Amino acid sequence: MILGRVTGSVHASVKNPHLEGARILVVRPVDLEGQRGGRPLLSVDRVDAGVGDLVLVCREGSSARFLFDDDQTPVQAVVLAVVDDVELAGR
Amino acid sequence: MYLARVIGTVWSTRKHPPLEGGRFLLLQPVDEGRRPDGEPLAALDTVGAGPGEIVMYITAYEAVIPWKEQHPHVDVAGVDASVIGIVDRVDVGADA
Repeated sequence: MILGRVTGSVHASVKNPHLEGARILVVRPVDLEGQRGGRPLLSVDRVDAGVGDLVLVCREGSSARFLFDDDQTPVQAVVLAVVDDVELAGR
Repeated sequence: MYLARVIGTVWSTRKHPPLEGGRFLLLQPVDEGRRPDGEPLAALDTVGAGPGEIVMYITAYEAVIPWKEQHPHVDVAGVDASVIGIVDRVDVGADA
């Protein structure tokens, strides 16, 4: 899993039927200082996260699909937690 | 999954048999502001997308899932990227 910041939400009327009703968010990976880095990834939201939230993203496809009822859903990344705080030892 | 703009079509008559009837698109990955971000790639179209459109695509093993479901006789299909949605709009936060 990675930490990321939600930077947008995607609206797509034509999409794979298994994604019908899914909320798809744009998430930018962040480093431990909270700085954005890396390519934005599209993640399916399971926790009602919103733009600006710091989130935990499961981005290993087969694990991410466990969060859905069927294994035909084409998904690689899932937002599974909204992060309240990250405490780093020694800082 | 990622965002991309469709920048072209790849035509191929002779291809891996399980992909018969399939269409390949050339994609330029973009960020949430539709700015190019990353190297172009080819992807199998599973939603009927066309040049100029912003799309969602999926990579790795998950890329074979939609094609296999649409073609039940297909056992294995060797693709590592598939277009799975056409994007109407990306709402971004103030800092995006």
